[in-house]
Amino acid sequence: MTAVTLATEEVRLARIALVGPPNSGKTTLFNTLTGGRQKTANYPGVTVERKSGRLRTPVGRTVELLDLPGSYSLRARSPDEAITRDVVLGRQAREALPDAVVCVTDATNLNQHLRLLLELRQLGRPLILALNMMDIAQKRGCQISLEALSRHLGIPVVTTVAMRKNGVQDLLSQIDTLLNQPPVASGATADWVEPTPEAIRAYHREVEQLLREAVVQEGAPERLTRQLDRVLLHPMVGPLILLGLLFLMFQAVFSWAEAPMDWIDGGMASLQALLSEHMADSLLKSLLIDGVIAGVGGVVIFLPQILILFLFILLLEDSGYMTRAAFLMDRLMSAVGLNGRAFIPLLSSFACAIPGIMAARTIAHPLDRLTTILIAPLMTCSARLPVYVLLIAAFIPNTTVWGGIGLQGLVMFGLYATGIVGALVMAGVLRLTLLRGGRQPLLMELPSYKWPNPVNVLLGLLERARIFMRRIGTIILSVLVLLWFLSTFPAPPVGATEPPIYYSLAGLIGRGLEPLLAPIGFNWQIAIALVPGLAAREVAVAALGTVYALSSDEGTVTEALTATLAHDWTLATALALLAWYVFAPQCLATLAAARRETNSWRWPTFMFVYLMVLAYLAAFVTYRVALAMGGG
Amino acid sequence: MNNHSEQERQAFALGQAVGLGFTQPLGQMRRGSAGRVLAVSSEMGGHDIERGLLEMGFVEGARVEVLHHGFLGQDPLAVRINQTMTIALRRCEANAVLVGPLHDSAVEAKPGLTLEYASS
Repeated sequence: MTAVTLATEEVRLARIALVGPPNSGKTTLFNTLTGGRQKTANYPGVTVERKSGRLRTPVGRTVELLDLPGSYSLRARSPDEAITRDVVLGRQAREALPDAVVCVTDATNLNQHLRLLLELRQLGRPLILALNMMDIAQKRGCQISLEALSRHLGIPVVTTVAMRKNGVQDLLSQIDTLLNQPPVASGATADWVEPTPEAIRAYHREVEQLLREAVVQEGAPERLTRQLDRVLLHPMVGPLILLGLLFLMFQAVFSWAEAPMDWIDGGMASLQALLSEHMADSLLKSLLIDGVIAGVGGVVIFLPQILILFLFILLLEDSGYMTRAAFLMDRLMSAVGLNGRAFIPLLSSFACAIPGIMAARTIAHPLDRLTTILIAPLMTCSARLPVYVLLIAAFIPNTTVWGGIGLQGLVMFGLYATGIVGALVMAGVLRLTLLRGGRQPLLMELPSYKWPNPVNVLLGLLERARIFMRRIGTIILSVLVLLWFLSTFPAPPVGATEPPIYYSLAGLIGRGLEPLLAPIGFNWQIAIALVPGLAAREVAVAALGTVYALSSDEGTVTEALTATLAHDWTLATALALLAWYVFAPQCLATLAAARRETNSWRWPTFMFVYLMVLAYLAAFVTYRVALAMGGG
Repeated sequence: MNNHSEQERQAFALGQAVGLGFTQPLGQMRRGSAGRVLAVSSEMGGHDIERGLLEMGFVEGARVEVLHHGFLGQDPLAVRINQTMTIALRRCEANAVLVGPLHDSAVEAKPGLTLEYASS
């Protein structure tokens, strides 16, 4: 009975959609209205996030608020804009037509933003116009007659200041008023057609007419952004500043993350110590200590680095600088057939390819988007770091070359650079062969600079942390348990001379792969470690620890492993493994994200194969060249 | 490259056909220069480019000013529209926008919303 009542209430909850052009302050308004309590899910079939939250109106009504992707027009140009169109028109599967739409506009940019409102008004559905950032408009001396605007449009108009809690009161009471009215039939949504160029021109004229009636006093144009851009978009200085920012970002990723990473490492070690002290020797103990804690700890340790990288990305995005970066990079990227916009997903891919692949949904052209997705895994994600760090520490002498630059750091930089160059070359090749044709125009707004909103940044970071931890809880954890099983059973025979893993299932697979990997200098120990590493690359370090029979209660596995590897492997083998790691497609989650995004297994399969071939070739060449130069 | 100069030629031809003095495609404008949009053509990149340009505010009568350009090949451009919004676009697509002189000083002094249309 209760369940039934609950279900009906769920159905009766009024639903309101927030629609607005990009940079209208829509997300901030959404966060203020919902108080940061929000749910993110995916629309079926695509990775466009469905963001919803609940708000309470002054009379106590609970309303579900849906934040739709920013769009300049209902004529959708990219997959996320298509979601906005389909929801507003009631064409989105499993998403009923919203009871009302709130159109968010930037009050300082009404003559560009009101066109979307006119398109929405054409649909004949309940609609509220919110003039956002009204405080900024007023500071610039702008005066708008809400009454005139409302009269001419025939819909309620409110002003909002999204940054302030009391800046949304008018909107909330207007929502109440609108929901008190009897529900409207579906309106003219079924008759909607894409506006023709002439229709867009007509909308422009109408906006102009409207503003002539409603604008009492025009505001002064904004000066600060122009002055900042004079420096930040300067043809020579601009790229240097971008380079400096990127350098600072990666510097921070490594230096700031050190302390929290040590804490996580220490926490996991004491947890292991605690368990090994208080548990009797059993299979369960082995699973917990060697499988779960060692493995999960080895991955959780990257959370600080990922969060710092995303902190930078979110700050750059929220301040408006990210589009400038895309502007500065466009020419370079168009040389390999990419769009300047692809810079943003590719930058995210340095933290993790998955958010990078998801961020590619803002790229309108399908071929541009597919190319960006396919090369995203070549950006050095943080999961490669443990392997890089381990091998560099073991094989590259800690000396300095050319005045203070460390050789180890230089090798690390080389690995990053190889990934970037590989990605650009691959993009060029793809655009000339398989993904030939259609260049997407750039056409991108460069919004005014503003201080990043701390709430937006914090919520964005929490979301990233949640996605990362969920990944650990699902894919990585199950892989680790599987790996533990494979490397524990069957038990070694009596009188075994090799470490136990040699006789296990994992050893069997690894030894089976050895002939295939021998030409690139990999021994059977590496072959075994690569098997679990195919699912998630960071697991390989833990796997190497297991292969070399370094039990985890010896303290830090990595230190012991560094010494063992330096003694056991040749330099050529180590370099070949590094080259392999630059390219190899060792992440199930990335392939899954690519599948979701492209809606078929075809492109993820292609991605896997081309990366595998590149990895093998790179490792082969590196190994042979290193051998020839005496690195054997 | 051939393709590019063909588009430039078309843009010039369009400017001459309209028969206005001192007209030039947006893609040919120098940094710091301003003008008024006379026409947005569909001949260059088809209706999709035309609609895209219109949606970003490149509409007949709008005031445009080239603020910045990139380093390599002075591409792309950052164009201020009606002093309210800045759009980044490549010279290639910008050639579909034909720009004439600003003329009236009233608009210069009081920028923003008062626009007259070439068509009206």
